[in-house]
Amino acid sequence: MTESLSLAAEAAGVLDAQPDRPGGGSPRSRRVNALRDAMMRSLVPVLLALVAGGVLLLVLGDNPFAFYGNIWQYGISQGSWEDSAMRAAPLLLIAVGLIVVFRANIWNLGYDGQFLLGAALITGVAPHLERLPNALSLVILFAVAMAAGGAWTIIPALLKARYQTNEIITTLMMSFIGIGVANILVKGPFQDPTVNIPQTRVIPFDHMLPPIPGTRIHAGVLVALGVALLAHYVLTRTSFGLRLHVLGANPRAAAHMGVDVRGLIVRAFLISGALVGAAAAADILGVWGYVRANWNPAYGDTVIPFVFLARLNPLAVIPFIIFFAVLSTGGDLAAAQANLSTDFLLVLVALILLFMTVIEFLGRRRDLGGSYLTPGLRAALRQPLVRRRAGAASSNEASR
Amino acid sequence: MTGILAASSGIFSKAVLTSLVAGGIVAGLPLMFTALGETISERAGVLNLGLEGMMLLGAYLGFIGAYYGHSSWLGFALGAVGGMLGASLMVSLCVWLGLDQIVVGIAITLAGEGITSVLQGAEFGSTYPRLGSPSAVAIPLLDKIPVLGASVFTQPLLAYLGIAFAGALVWVFRRTNVGLNLRAAGEKPEALDAAGISVLATRSWAVLSTGALAGLGGAYLSIVAAGVFTPFMTQGQGYMAIVIAMLCRGRPLWVVVGSILFGISLSITTALQIAGINISNDLVQMLPFIAIIVSLMAFGRRSYLPPALCIPYVRGAR
Repeated sequence: MTESLSLAAEAAGVLDAQPDRPGGGSPRSRRVNALRDAMMRSLVPVLLALVAGGVLLLVLGDNPFAFYGNIWQYGISQGSWEDSAMRAAPLLLIAVGLIVVFRANIWNLGYDGQFLLGAALITGVAPHLERLPNALSLVILFAVAMAAGGAWTIIPALLKARYQTNEIITTLMMSFIGIGVANILVKGPFQDPTVNIPQTRVIPFDHMLPPIPGTRIHAGVLVALGVALLAHYVLTRTSFGLRLHVLGANPRAAAHMGVDVRGLIVRAFLISGALVGAAAAADILGVWGYVRANWNPAYGDTVIPFVFLARLNPLAVIPFIIFFAVLSTGGDLAAAQANLSTDFLLVLVALILLFMTVIEFLGRRRDLGGSYLTPGLRAALRQPLVRRRAGAASSNEASR
Repeated sequence: MTGILAASSGIFSKAVLTSLVAGGIVAGLPLMFTALGETISERAGVLNLGLEGMMLLGAYLGFIGAYYGHSSWLGFALGAVGGMLGASLMVSLCVWLGLDQIVVGIAITLAGEGITSVLQGAEFGSTYPRLGSPSAVAIPLLDKIPVLGASVFTQPLLAYLGIAFAGALVWVFRRTNVGLNLRAAGEKPEALDAAGISVLATRSWAVLSTGALAGLGGAYLSIVAAGVFTPFMTQGQGYMAIVIAMLCRGRPLWVVVGSILFGISLSITTALQIAGINISNDLVQMLPFIAIIVSLMAFGRRSYLPPALCIPYVRGAR
């Protein structure tokens, strides 16, 4: 099975991902060049975005140096790096969750709904587990959140697997529904009756994730790092990872080699949703302890550019996530001090995305080694909302 | 039990029907403008995931225009300009440079959300000033129809213009060279190029008019429907517009009907409150999205998108 798979992978062009570059000298200098190019392609968009963001700050009448200085102060120095590390946990788990589906050329843009549903369910279930030992209740709560996140991908997954309905649209719609359901739960059955503001009961401190000894950082950060390592192993060293990659590179080749395409689509979606749910568990059980009504940190939106900059590699994404965790932890306070809306960070993220596409364009010209996006992911939207059998589609066109 | 009886008699009262239908039209028009815009750009082969951001840019600039210029028309004009600003980014990156439409679309949405929220905060702090209601035009005779006439046929002039525009768009698509070029740019750009017409120019105009319409939709939302600008006020309406355009298969008049249907599902909250039924606001806000999932499951198989959608055109490329 594995052998035939690698054949299929070769046929689908997965394995020769690094084409011979023109003008390369010895293998070593070529490797150095490739590394330099990769660094450039990954770092330049971020730097350009920071510069452009600084210009924008100037226009708004703020001092960009003071702003970025504050980010450093509130994001790294004097123990605030511990806050940044804790912010990185949910971001990293969501990033890995996105990488799993993106590798199969499937878009999961429903992370907000999956995240909030998981978060709401945790705070609803936690009060019933207070008699259990902490370790057991933590495992159950993680499982609950992961099940909730995974379950919320089932409809888009089945529609995609069965009818090839465009998952960008369906996951987005399910996300809005999920946010609504989470709010109903928080304002209704899970609401803490002793408080006036609509929010859930606060999980007692001894039932939260324990801190790493000597720091304030909760153990969820280690879980997230472990998951990223595991995901890297599974995606690059197992037949499941290869199957996902083949599915992403060429679904037809995958089907020909006997890969259960429909099942694989559903499994990829379930894993992705479950990881987003785990992100909610790490964030709620590590930092917040409760959910307020209409709370939506929208972590997923901000993670997307970094997933692409890391070229769908779970290890490469870690430094990017750490960078953004510092930026967002420090940025929240820096923005407050500069009298800016914290949504300024969204602008920075958008700028990174835009510069990324521009560098991609320049890179294509100069052949700066490979694209951020796999060709299939780019093609995902080209499919009609639902792909019909080839004959039916063309006859439909002829009759118009 | 008595409550249910009272409620059921209340459901068909004049006030409830009025708020449902008239409210549906008010809430549906921003969707309609935006979905008409998406129809144009989809036909020309550009999928516009940045619609949400363009709507927000239009909503904010439109609000600024109407607030400081004391004229809703100035607001609408500025709103259209705002949407075109977002669209010009899409034109230069996606049409001219042929970059990824999905990533740029997401970027425009994030940028629109972020920048309007930042500007709103910088301009007004934490206050949200309101606008007066814009002047409305009653259609003679029709506004005398009992029960619904007065509320349905008394709309701002722009509403009638928008519906007329949808009619005009049908004519443009079917009967004019411009419409033929647009469709060719989405169906078979090579053929358009061979006919001596620039694919890039055709697509650029299509995307710019999409931006203008999305901006107009956003401005209608902030100036007419809400009377106030709040950050993130579109709440996914840009994505709703994409789905409406997809399901209506590029037919402008269907877009009008579809948008008003979705508008009605958006306005159910107020109608139910008037009827005295207290349903969670969150539940009602989910309804349009549930409707979309259900309609995708039911009609998704019949939706149609042009074959060249999302494929950048590079002359001579295969």
